[in-house]
Amino acid sequence: MNSYILDIQNLSKQYPSGHKALNDVSLQVERGKILALLGPNGAGKTTLISIVCGLVKPGPGSIQVDGLDVIRDYREVRKKIGLVPQELSVSMFETVWDTVTLSRGMFGKPADPVYLESLLRELSLWDKRKSKIMTLSGGMKRRVLIAKALSHQPDILFLDEPTAGVDVELRRDMWGLIRRLRDNGVTIILTTHYIEEAEEMADRIGVINKGELILVEEKNTLMTRLGSKNLILELAEPIQQIPEALAPYGLTLSKDGAQLVYTYDSHAGHEISVLLRALQEQGIEYRDLHTRQSSLEDIFVNLVAEGV
Amino acid sequence: MNHHAVKAIYHFEMARTFRTLMQSLASPILSTSLYFIVFGGAIGSRMMDIDGVSYAAYIVPGLILITVLTESTSNASLGIYMPKFTGTIYEVLSAPITPFEIILGYVGAAATKSVLLGLLILVSARLFVDFSVLYPLWMLLFLVVISVTFSLFGFILGLWADSFERLGIIPTMVITPLVFLGGSFYSISMLPPLWQTITMFNPVVYLVNGFRWSFYGVADVHVGFSLAMITLFLVTCFSIAWWMLRTSYKIKN
Repeated sequence: MNSYILDIQNLSKQYPSGHKALNDVSLQVERGKILALLGPNGAGKTTLISIVCGLVKPGPGSIQVDGLDVIRDYREVRKKIGLVPQELSVSMFETVWDTVTLSRGMFGKPADPVYLESLLRELSLWDKRKSKIMTLSGGMKRRVLIAKALSHQPDILFLDEPTAGVDVELRRDMWGLIRRLRDNGVTIILTTHYIEEAEEMADRIGVINKGELILVEEKNTLMTRLGSKNLILELAEPIQQIPEALAPYGLTLSKDGAQLVYTYDSHAGHEISVLLRALQEQGIEYRDLHTRQSSLEDIFVNLVAEGV
Repeated sequence: MNHHAVKAIYHFEMARTFRTLMQSLASPILSTSLYFIVFGGAIGSRMMDIDGVSYAAYIVPGLILITVLTESTSNASLGIYMPKFTGTIYEVLSAPITPFEIILGYVGAAATKSVLLGLLILVSARLFVDFSVLYPLWMLLFLVVISVTFSLFGFILGLWADSFERLGIIPTMVITPLVFLGGSFYSISMLPPLWQTITMFNPVVYLVNGFRWSFYGVADVHVGFSLAMITLFLVTCFSIAWWMLRTSYKIKN
């Protein structure tokens, strides 16, 4: 068994319009993990997913799914893949049940009403199975798309902006579902521009900007490696300026002189205690202190800004 | 062969037909009945027999084909155009299916509907006109092959069209004139010599004549030649449809 369920090597894509959507992207995805692809609009996230799923013709490069080539072995490959597209593309006049049944058959699986029933129940769609899709709310339509993508029990599920335009409750539900799928061994690749979503869900995070994969890291490593922390000291008495002796620490003083901020990286050693001692020596008293860790959003904004 | 996929598409498309049964079957039958009343009943009674067949009976095969051709074209074109229009085509593109299997599912369903429709019109025509079918098996064969051919044609149209206007224009601007000028309501021998020659370039002539031969044993064109021409159209349409899917013409970037 190949350890990577998805292995993309040096993939580029230029559209007939001349737009270069992907530039030499290499990406390996481990089995049973959730990978979030983060990036601003137009970064190439959807193009990447669409090429793997067969919606867009690939440019130079190679893509293997479970050791099989997506072009040469497309039949086997596609049976393993489920796709939830970004757009709410559904057949308005069909019923939920008919459209899910079609999807399962189209992906080469024999009819299995028992599985489809459990799937629709899981997605709270069972009561709506006989309803025409046009009568459903936007959130329900998105669930239908997920049901379609899962109808043939794929090994990899691609979710392109799964929670765009979805209310908070449904978003939480969806995150729960995605985790349960992962726990059952399904590999999940989702694109999002909600940092919160990636931070909440992902095991690994890839950042795409302008067609280039800037980095792929374990989420925790990424947050530790790139995340900086702030120590904020609420001073007992405001000060006019930072004493000379404290200059090496690179402190910043708030405008009202009541707050000192010390920035350090999260694997700092004993610098904090050294700083605190130095403050005491200078006779600066503080009445409170707290720390703040940079969020994935800060990291992301920094990365994308560096890429420009 | 991904037969589950072919079956799933076929069932899905047939369900669409049965859900819209009134539009799908009732309206073509109604309009054909009107033709029979006007051309067969009212006008036909003042016309001479053609090749020993009463005018009302003579136009039956042609009238069946008019509906079969237009319905095959519009039904099959809509069947594949709608997924393109709504975006659900993404599923077809990402599914483990070959162009042949896609065609089999979509065109198979459209052609099935046309054959059913043709047979229903045949039965309802019998209410207005007295006629019999000389070679029923040949009649069925012609009906099936013609339905498949024009469903393929419609499928090509649906793949090619990028607006509803384009989708609608071909049946009205191409199919209807070809059918009316293809000898549906007259024998080619009734035309002036120049037009007899020009008519031979109209593919519908061969369809109508082959089909009419299976009813009455009379035709302007030899039945073998008709069959060969129909087969040629079938193969051509299939090849084009297959090539369009193979190269993802207009559906993939």
